[in-house]
Amino acid sequence: MLGQLPILSALTFLPALGAIAILVLRAMMRAEDRPALDRNARGVALFVTLFVFALSILLVVEFDTAQPGFQFVEQADWLTALGINYRMGVDGLSVLFVLLTAFLMPICILASWKLEKRVADYMAAFLLLEALVIGIFCALDLVLFYIFFEGSLIPMFLIIGVWGGANRIYAAFKFFLYTFLGSVLMLVAMIYMFVVSGTTDITVLLEHEFLRDAQTWLWLAFFASFAVKMPMWPVHTWLPDAHVEAPTAGSVILAGILLKLGGYGFLRFSIPMFPDASAFFAPMVMVLSVIAIIYTSLVAFRQTDIKKLIAYSSVAHMGFVTMGIFTMNALGVQGAIFQMISHGVISGALFLCVGVIYDRFHTRDIAFYGGLVHKMPVYAAFFALFTMANVGLPGTSGFVGEIMTMMGAFEYDPRVAFGAAFGVIVSAVYMLTLYKKVVFGELTNPKLETATDLDWREWINLGVLAFLAIWLGFFTTPITDITTASVEALISQYQGALAASANP
Amino acid sequence: MAFIVVFGPLLAAIIAGLFHKQIGTRASQLITTGATIAAALASAWLFVDVAILGNARTYELAQWMAVGNFDISWDIRLDSLSAVMLVVVTSVSALVHVYSWGYMADDPHRSRFFAYLSLFTFAMLSLVTADNFLQMFFGWEGVGLASYLLIGFWYKKKSANDAAIKAFVTNRVGDFGLALGVMAVFAVFGTLDFDTVFGQVDDGTVQTLTLFGLEFMALELIAFLLFIGAMGKSAQFFLHVWLPDAMEGPTPVSALIHAATMVTAGVFLVCRCYPIYELAPNTSAIITFIGATTALFAATVGLAQNDIKRVIAYSTCSQLGYMFFAAGLGLYSAAMFHLFTHAFFKALLFLGAGSVIHGLHHEQDMRNMGGIYKLLPVTWLMMIIGTLALTGVGIPLLNLGFAGFFSKDMIIEEAFMAGADGVTFGYFAFVVAIIAAGLTSFYSWRLIFMTFHGKFRGDKHTLDHAHESPWVMIVPLLLLAIGAIFAGGLFRSDFVARGALEFWGGSLPPGPYAEGNYGEGAHGHHPPTWVLFSPIAVTVLGFVLAYWFYVVKEGLPAKIAARGGPLHSFLANKWYFDEIYDFIFVRGARGLGDLFWKVGDRRIIDGFGPDGVAGTVMQAGRRIVRLQSGYLYHYAFVMLIGVLGLAVWLVARAGGQ
Repeated sequence: MLGQLPILSALTFLPALGAIAILVLRAMMRAEDRPALDRNARGVALFVTLFVFALSILLVVEFDTAQPGFQFVEQADWLTALGINYRMGVDGLSVLFVLLTAFLMPICILASWKLEKRVADYMAAFLLLEALVIGIFCALDLVLFYIFFEGSLIPMFLIIGVWGGANRIYAAFKFFLYTFLGSVLMLVAMIYMFVVSGTTDITVLLEHEFLRDAQTWLWLAFFASFAVKMPMWPVHTWLPDAHVEAPTAGSVILAGILLKLGGYGFLRFSIPMFPDASAFFAPMVMVLSVIAIIYTSLVAFRQTDIKKLIAYSSVAHMGFVTMGIFTMNALGVQGAIFQMISHGVISGALFLCVGVIYDRFHTRDIAFYGGLVHKMPVYAAFFALFTMANVGLPGTSGFVGEIMTMMGAFEYDPRVAFGAAFGVIVSAVYMLTLYKKVVFGELTNPKLETATDLDWREWINLGVLAFLAIWLGFFTTPITDITTASVEALISQYQGALAASANP
Repeated sequence: MAFIVVFGPLLAAIIAGLFHKQIGTRASQLITTGATIAAALASAWLFVDVAILGNARTYELAQWMAVGNFDISWDIRLDSLSAVMLVVVTSVSALVHVYSWGYMADDPHRSRFFAYLSLFTFAMLSLVTADNFLQMFFGWEGVGLASYLLIGFWYKKKSANDAAIKAFVTNRVGDFGLALGVMAVFAVFGTLDFDTVFGQVDDGTVQTLTLFGLEFMALELIAFLLFIGAMGKSAQFFLHVWLPDAMEGPTPVSALIHAATMVTAGVFLVCRCYPIYELAPNTSAIITFIGATTALFAATVGLAQNDIKRVIAYSTCSQLGYMFFAAGLGLYSAAMFHLFTHAFFKALLFLGAGSVIHGLHHEQDMRNMGGIYKLLPVTWLMMIIGTLALTGVGIPLLNLGFAGFFSKDMIIEEAFMAGADGVTFGYFAFVVAIIAAGLTSFYSWRLIFMTFHGKFRGDKHTLDHAHESPWVMIVPLLLLAIGAIFAGGLFRSDFVARGALEFWGGSLPPGPYAEGNYGEGAHGHHPPTWVLFSPIAVTVLGFVLAYWFYVVKEGLPAKIAARGGPLHSFLANKWYFDEIYDFIFVRGARGLGDLFWKVGDRRIIDGFGPDGVAGTVMQAGRRIVRLQSGYLYHYAFVMLIGVLGLAVWLVARAGGQ
């Protein structure tokens, strides 16, 4: 029914159009009309993101799960002389991330409804971010990918830098240092790939066999970029600071989507393009993943800032993703994708939960809170559910990703599964302790007496996420059916390449 | 029928949990209680259909996960083993629901309480009706969640919250093993379906798993990992520390979850996986050892506790030890028999204790009780019946006695026989079981005497207002008392004797004492007469000593306790487990967390990474500082340069060709 409609371009550029519309209007308006503009900017952003979400649902419905290759492929001449074209397409590895992005965006807009500062700019930044992130997952050309990939950081920087907390400069600086190094190395690797293969077409590059020695360096260069994005231990320290300074919706996007760029990158580039190097470095990734899971879980246990705690918990949960991906068996990889989707829902919800109380009391200090259940019972119930989902309780989506990746890891090497399972214990410790300190107990702080329970926007946001966290916990095949064909193709290609290089 | 049993409580929990504001407290109570009573009636019908008439079956409900051959479904498996558990779980749950109408009558949040109880019931039912390891794990952690919610039900109390977390985390340590066991099962067998796995265990191929450079027999390793899970859930030695603290929860919870049902899930697990344990003799020996040790350890600690609920909690721990060493010795049906009878008399004891606590306005310290049997005569009588059943009073050779007599003495005698057959730790288990039986009798009667007899030691106000409980609390006690008296004699033949082979229908081995072996002299299966009489002998001895100390010489034990002494403090402090664990694990985790955070992240990673670079940059030129708000533009600039560089390179390259 979609026929030849360029749905991926529509998904990518509709939000950009929305952003431009807001910015143009802002430029044309007089200062006294600003309040009206701000009101309308919210509406425009919500409308655009909801429309894009509807379109992304259509995309997934129309997606042919039996086909492992790219679908909805679009191609247009661009810098044809250089062999660089505008190419878009999705497969089972990427289509769900488009959906996740489009799904989380309206939630972010709703969560920012009460923002007062430069509302129009803020909404434009979010729309621009959506455009670029969807672009990342659809791009089938190296240059296009790189532009989206790096470009997406600019609105994120703005969101932290303009609407962030007190220490935002430090956080932005740290973020900059890490990503800068990774990006430069990845760019160099991409140039090399173009030189060697003569194309920037990702579909062609996926078939290209890079020399074994070159693979090692290329793999490391991409790894530098993706490991920072995940983030993996020991390049994770930018994330807690970025989260702490970011506004609530910024944290939701950061944890929900931007962290998944690393995992997606490994699946799209590192493993299929550099299979020998991936096999060579897999043990290292496993070790780093297990360290991440245990180390950051223990660090999370000692945090006094709610957002930092959840940020460290994110690093630990991303450890399951890298662990699952590099098992390179079906369970591990599918589990890793599931874990990314699930983490998008759960961590998004947890950051919204933090936002709910931050909006009311303007502090993230755990010690400030306690006994909220007496004033905010509905909030307490939602927070409890997401706490349990984050702990990986069976019946929530958090369990599925963890158990699948651990099953895959056990097949790869039982020691890895042992380490990961240990982290699962610690996650219960820090999440339940956090919940106890914030929600349970007597209400002793008099400032909390005025607490009001969720308003209807918060209710909708958390309600939708709660439904997903539980529904995906009980029925996992809607996700895995979409990923199966592409993951199987990825694995068989990978194993074929390994076998070929073993017997030249 | 099976759907009513499993999903009735879930539906009730959802309605009561989410809509209690709309429908009101009374309706919430009616719905949850009605659903569990319906489940109990349906379970009774299923018990007859499945276990007695032999119509075992499995319903497949839906797909849960499917990745390649990792194919997991939601099922309801009905065989004799799950039918027994269904009856235990739903009947105790229904009675506890009814009892809670009285016990929780004054609590403003009782609709939430009932929702949790029903949620627990659902999770427990999905555990026992699982047809694969993963659904069992779902139920396993689900009951853990319900237990966490109910222990911490009075969330204002810090002690309740701490106990809830302790329970959840200790169980997670067990689940760590269980999860790895499930992974190992999948790695070895390529499936998680019970029947497929159990069908493959004895196909003759000896498989090994390599772990940390050591080679393990696959079955032994799987059996051991699964048992770690069982240790956590069933509060066995080393992982028992959460159960006494779990008494912070309301007493009906203690009766349902921490006595009759959830804590027995570990025993159920071992029995469900008996084909694996049959072929894992080393792990079975470990189970015997841990079970016997727990039976003795918990009984010793029970001697020195003053909180009425904690005494019963340690008693539960100890009785679970009996079940485990029975299972370890291969006496699976005997373990299940004790699980079955224990559910009735232990729930009776807990609910009786709850009646005392209710009557004395939440007084739980036995040192502040005494002489109240005239004020709570029915409760007193019910507690006596529970105690007689727990201590296993009965007359050997005549087959006349309370429920515990049949199941506990069966285990003790068969432990002796196993020892005679040369099974590892058989005699050890027998000796320990005899000693523990004596201790059980002593602390049980001590509880009765301290609570109901002698002089009242509390304040006068409490005594003046002491009252017998309302009928909603008494009726469940009466029904459980019937079970505590008759459940043993009535079901002995089916569980462990002549009818066992037919009754279990392949879901459990009937045991060496069952049809075909019993009395036929196949193994010469006749325990010596002195073995038959030794449990009752130590039980009587325990009673006499308790009577001497707490009735004849009333006040003497308090003086002994006051004087202290190393043995008393050792027991009163529960062998110092909490202190040791606190020192090693809690402080260890804190210390490591601080080390990683403050040294690892801050000093090393940040110190040499971004902050170090920043410092260098600052020193290199102060001008950068002024530009610090411009990092964004820097970044955009660098990116632009990058893209430009790429373009230039490409153009140059294209031009060169």
